[in-house]
Amino acid sequence: MEAILALVIGVLGGAGVWLVLRPRTFQVIMGLTLLGYAVNMFIFSMGSIVIGKPPIVTAGGVADLEHHTDPMPQSLVLTAIVIGFATTALFLVVLLAARGWSGTDHVDGTKGKP
Amino acid sequence: MSAVLSHLIVVPVVLPLVSAALLLVMGEARLPFKAHINIAATLAGLVVAALILWHVDKGGAVGVYLASNWEAPFGIVLVADRLSALMLVLVGVVSLCSALYAEAAWARAGVYFHPLFQVQLMGLNGAFLTGDFFNLFVFFEVMLAASYGLQLHGSGWPRVRSGLHYIAVNLLASALFLIGIAVLYGVVGTLTMADVAAKIALVPVGDRGLLHAGAAILAMAFLVKAAIWPLNSWLVPAYTAASAPVAALFALMTKVGVYALIRSWTLLFSSQAGPSLGFGKPVLLYGGLATLAFGALGITASRRLGRIASFSIVVSSGTLLAALGVGAPQVTSAALFYMLSATLAVSALFLLVELVERISASGRELPEVDDTPGEDTNLDDQELPLVGRVFPMSLTVLGLSFMACSVLVAGLPPLSGFIAKLSLLAAVLGVDGGRTGGAGPSYAGWTMIGLLLVSGFASTISLARAGIRHFWSVGSRFASQLKGFEAVAVLTLLVSCLLLTLWAEPVLRYTSATAAGLHAPGGYVEAVATRRARPGPAVVAPEQEGAP
Repeated sequence: MEAILALVIGVLGGAGVWLVLRPRTFQVIMGLTLLGYAVNMFIFSMGSIVIGKPPIVTAGGVADLEHHTDPMPQSLVLTAIVIGFATTALFLVVLLAARGWSGTDHVDGTKGKP
Repeated sequence: MSAVLSHLIVVPVVLPLVSAALLLVMGEARLPFKAHINIAATLAGLVVAALILWHVDKGGAVGVYLASNWEAPFGIVLVADRLSALMLVLVGVVSLCSALYAEAAWARAGVYFHPLFQVQLMGLNGAFLTGDFFNLFVFFEVMLAASYGLQLHGSGWPRVRSGLHYIAVNLLASALFLIGIAVLYGVVGTLTMADVAAKIALVPVGDRGLLHAGAAILAMAFLVKAAIWPLNSWLVPAYTAASAPVAALFALMTKVGVYALIRSWTLLFSSQAGPSLGFGKPVLLYGGLATLAFGALGITASRRLGRIASFSIVVSSGTLLAALGVGAPQVTSAALFYMLSATLAVSALFLLVELVERISASGRELPEVDDTPGEDTNLDDQELPLVGRVFPMSLTVLGLSFMACSVLVAGLPPLSGFIAKLSLLAAVLGVDGGRTGGAGPSYAGWTMIGLLLVSGFASTISLARAGIRHFWSVGSRFASQLKGFEAVAVLTLLVSCLLLTLWAEPVLRYTSATAAGLHAPGGYVEAVATRRARPGPAVVAPEQEGAP
């Protein structure tokens, strides 16, 4: 499972970096989104990667990491997802404004007449 | 630690949040009233910051606030030590002047200026207070989200274009921030800064590489914010395009990056770090020197005053990073004093840019706002609107302010810029001389001294050139009308610098106490670790509840 997770993070991150370096704003925002996914998966993988174990100690259960998974990365990733979503939405607004001003979706607005 | 202080610490975060919420629900109407709230809240923030500073300095203790009464490694802590208190006061002064200046015209150029302004303050204050890495990320994002809106305030193609780059770069930096945090958590198993500092010596040898990689990635996020060369190409266009009060406020934003570096680097890699002692020091030193050189070149090459001001920020960032990279308490102390002086001066310069450019025909246009007095405008005895009153002796005030500002930025005598630069040079000479047995500073030390002098020289030339062009050139419109708010804002910043000059000795004593505390973080770590939660009501009668 570690190998699959690492591959997924690597592919998402690589695609994200490649897209961010492209000259079109749409590609940049897609790249940032993919990078966001990669980062979120990465945070998630920093807890112990296990299947079928609860993150919260219940009554009568043994409170150790043998029987549970670390809840901390899960809460971190939730916050990161929300913040990433909000900032990407904000970037989208600026992207549309830039397109309106320049008439092109080039990141520098140089292709069309600004 | 007094009971007052422990609750005072959370106020700089809560007060702007409540003000922002209040300003937001008030909608688009009642602008004058909103302006009053904005200024009052900012002023209250400054008073609270000064109180925290006073408490921290008097007691000498580190104030710790437990959010929701959770103890240190499990909950989020807000920590007010000398450095945090100093930064809070700096935020208070600059933001108050920016808020005052904005009331002259810019606040009316858009509806949501005031709430965004307060959210920005919340992010800044929170970043300076928090004692938790992930919480630092959250406050960074709060601050950045508000700054995206403020940077675009007033709209226009230059703002949107530079804003697009600014946001993209900062989103990438945030991704790096998260990766760094995740690696750090994976290795150390905690994100409370003090707890990480306490456990860093215990990290096994096999995990050290991972720890260093995580710390380096985290530092990249801070360095982007602190505008280290070559990661600072976003800064100059974005800051030059931003409206004057926003640019003045943004002068604080690079200091957040510097602060985060000072805080985390001294906690993680100073005296108690074991084998990781001094990790990343050369990068800070040489990166800072490169930034300093880049800034000096940029200042020399700039003709527009806005660009000169932006490059001055790059210069001050480079100076601070290099000083931190030297890694000696006396250099850090001088650097902190330099940070105060430089931030106030550059903020004043950003405010002056617009006023000075208004003289000559080449000035950028003001936002088109409705200046006719409405029903809710404050009127004085002669039934004239109070807001937007022309300040007497406009050109004299403007000229003198510009001169004082140039002297401050370039570090010429007799103002605080000179004292800051002098103490920095003396500290660098002293520390390196001591290390090499009186043989004089190392090459890096000499380079830093040379670059500091050259950058001051470059600023002098460039600012004098700009001053001559704007004040003495033929064909200036001369109808420069300085509004009351604008004059008060600029003069307040300059008077703060004057006070800093007059009381340089107590301030330097304070910064050297700050630097001593930073380079021996035992007190900070202990204060966070030993702070106990208040007993809740459930503890009083545990017998009745029974075991589940």
